[in-house]
Order: sequence, then C-alpha cells, then structure tokens
Amino acid sequence: MKYLYYPGCSLKGSGRSYEESLLASFKKLGVEMHELPDWNCCGATAYMAVDEMKAFALAARNLALAERYGDGEPVTLVAPCNACYLALMKVQKYMAEYDEVGRTISDALASADLSYRGGVRVRQSLDVLLNDVGLDLLAEKINHPLGQWKVACYYGCQAVRPFAPFDDEYNPMSMDHLMRSIGAEPVDWPLKARCCGGTLTGTIPTVGLRLSYIILREAIDRGANVVATACPLCQFNLECYQSQMGREYGEDLDMPIVYYSQLLGQALGIDDRSLGLQRHFVPLTAAAAVG
Amino acid sequence: MAQRTPRMSNLHITRRIKYQNELDLGFGKVMTSIPGAEDLLRCIQCGTCSSTCPLSIYMDHTPRKIIAMTRAGFKDEVLSSATIWLCASCYSCTVDCPKKIKITDVMYALKRKAIEEKVWPRGLPIPVLAKEFFASVLRTGRANEGRTVAKVWLKTRPLKLLANMGLGLRLMARGRMSMKSERMTGSVDQLRKILDSVHNSDTGHSPG
Repeated sequence: MKYLYYPGCSLKGSGRSYEESLLASFKKLGVEMHELPDWNCCGATAYMAVDEMKAFALAARNLALAERYGDGEPVTLVAPCNACYLALMKVQKYMAEYDEVGRTISDALASADLSYRGGVRVRQSLDVLLNDVGLDLLAEKINHPLGQWKVACYYGCQAVRPFAPFDDEYNPMSMDHLMRSIGAEPVDWPLKARCCGGTLTGTIPTVGLRLSYIILREAIDRGANVVATACPLCQFNLECYQSQMGREYGEDLDMPIVYYSQLLGQALGIDDRSLGLQRHFVPLTAAAAVG
Repeated sequence: MAQRTPRMSNLHITRRIKYQNELDLGFGKVMTSIPGAEDLLRCIQCGTCSSTCPLSIYMDHTPRKIIAMTRAGFKDEVLSSATIWLCASCYSCTVDCPKKIKITDVMYALKRKAIEEKVWPRGLPIPVLAKEFFASVLRTGRANEGRTVAKVWLKTRPLKLLANMGLGLRLMARGRMSMKSERMTGSVDQLRKILDSVHNSDTGHSPG
C-alpha cells in the first residue's frame, strides 16, 4: 500500500507527535506514506472567515500538486488533521458543485501553470487504517496489547461533518474498532464528535474552555482513563488548557490526551519516544490507568 | 435601530418592531448569492439548527433567528451579532438541517460581510487572527500557530500574551512550538501568484 501524505501545519508544530506516531505506525504496518512535496497551508477555518475564495485556492494548490504527482494514476491523499481533511474535501466538492468556484480556482491555478481535474481522493488516516489496512492485519501485527486503557474515542467534528464518507456523523465507530483491536476498551459515550470549542479557546476563552471541559468531564464520568483524539486542535484544547479548566471549575484534572496513533504505536511495540509521548503535558502512565 | 421615544419619568418605551423602510431588503438577496448560502430562502424555521448547536446557549440570536433576520433584511442586527463569531464550524446544523441548508457556510459568509463592513464586536481578536494567519501564509506558505497567536495577543491583549508565556515556553521545551517558521520546500512565489489571481478576479464575495 502506498499513499501521498498531507501533514498540514499543525503536524509540524503543536501536533508533532501525531505525525511521529502515525508515520511510525504505518511503517510498522508496511504502509508507505510519501509526504506531498512542496505542500502549503490548507486554508482551514481561520481563513474561511476572511476570504473564502483564497482559502479554496490554498487548498486547491495541494490537490493540483497531488494530481500532478500521480502522473495519470489515481492518487489518494491522506490528511490526518481534521481541519485539513475538511478543507481539502470542501474545495474538491465546491469546485465541482459551484461553477463560480470551479472557474475562479481553475483560473488561479492556471496562472501558476497548475491545474486540477478532480482526480485526487482525500482520506482521513483513520479511514485508511480501518478500511485499507484492516482489522485482520492489525490483529496480526499487534504484539503489545493495551488492556490497561479505557479509552474515550474522541473524533472531533470535522472528520465526520459535514462530509462523512467513512463513518457516522455523530456516533462514529472506526476509532472504537481500532482501539478494540489493540486490546484497549473503548468507553461508550455520546460526545465522540461534539465540538471542543475549536479556536474559541483562544478568541472567546470563557466559552471555549467550557466546551472543552464538557468533553473532558463526560469522558471522566464514563470511566475513561485516557482520551484518544484524531485532531491536533482537539488534542491541544483538551490537554494544554486542562490546568486552566481545573482552576476555572475547581477540579484536579489529569487526563492524558493522546492521538489514537500513539496508542496504536505502543501496541505495535514502538518505543514511547518515537511516538512523541514525551511531548505531552499529562503523561501517559500506568498510574493514570489505575486511577 | 428601533427608535427610543422621549423619556417620560421612569417609563422607558421602545418600539419593538421595525418598519419596512428601516430594513435593508437587499441584504437577504446578497447573502443568498454566495456559494453554500443559496438555500437560505428555503428555511422553514423549524429550529433544528438552534437545538443542535453546542454554542447556541451563548448566542444573542439563535441560528434560526439569524436566518430569519438575514432574509428579512435586519442587516445591522445580524452583522453586529455575537452569534456569527461564536460559530466554531462544527457543522452540526449543516448535517441536521431538514432542508439541507449549509448553515455553517452562511455563518462564514456573515463573518466575511461583517469584516467587510467593519462591524465586528470590539475587542474580538478573530479578524486580527485571520489577518496574521494570512500574513504568515504569504511569507512562508505555511501557518506558524504559536507565532501567529503570540502576535495577535500582542496586538489585541498584551496581558493575555504575558499570561500565556508559561504555556508557550512549555510547548517550546517539548518541541511543539517554535518562533522559526516551517516553510514550503519550493518558492512561495507560485502560491502568491495563485492568490493574486483570485484577488484580481472580482467575485463579489470577498472583501479583498
């Protein structure tokens, strides 16, 4: 199996451990990931609010590069970050659905000798793990089952909304299946794809913190001892503002917030450092598993 | 704005409705011409969006009301509303709407309109964030989250920058944040050319 990989800016910054653990795990599973050469920012949420067309253009350049890279062969571009995944999917759909978007973006790409004809399939890494790698191969490769973890699988919004080509919009199950396959126990909870507050933690903190806290509180109440995320912004909000939430709501919070790929990597026998676990504030330790 | 009648002792009497000539009747039309927002006129006012929205408890006008007000021409009230800035793009309303209206796109369109008309709520750093984000992308082709956020706070709330210094340093110590920006491997010129081309093809939907 061979894929093109679109990291996006967060996976080179605050979400570095997502990239480290995902690439290490894919390698162990025999999946080839090639980073899209010369990729640029996807345009994501912040930019949509200022200039939608330019946001589309940013995303579209990456699709054009991916298509050219494929050189006539079908290309799958894997975007592990939810915001990138959505931005790339959205421009793909809107270019086809709205003449004005299609025309403006095609013209803009042409001005830089690029073109995009819709030949790239954009996919989230969870989708690839579940539906291409598959649970059978995973079961074969797991050599360190992680029975100590009760995992709240937290998918975030944009992996499944508004486009949900591989899972349910409110009750996605792919990460749950993945966690079961590595021996962990996914907890049953209703907030799997509820909003963490996104950038509101920075722009309107009282509101953003509350939304993140709702997720964390429910995970605790449901008996989870770790939260696994699929999105660098969700991960950042739940982990990096945890002490602030603790102060605001008068609680001692010490819930490890990791990427599903870090747990997968541990189960595959990859060492913690290669999975970037030392980069986290709340350590993923056995002590947490007992409490 | 509805007019306030002269004060009569302690009795404040305010007209609660607007007359048609006080509305901007073209506003709804302008908004429905935007990709994704064209179905606004099909809204049946069922309120599904307001009930599914995780932020509606904080909003001055619920999403349902924003849609009604938008198409009725309550331009000032809609554009100065906190609602559009509270939308965190979770797309719950969009997937739940029985008339398949892309409500998240409508919220984006309203944000852009508010920035264009310079009526966003005072002190809200979102437009500054977007501007700094764009500057970073123009410079390197990529976004540097930490640097961008630090700049925004420096410009809007220096005290907040100080309050979050600790977090920034902890992130840096763990290799999760750097003041040095990641760059595209090729030249950023190609990207600038593409953005310039969009800028010059006047779509009428972007403030420039």
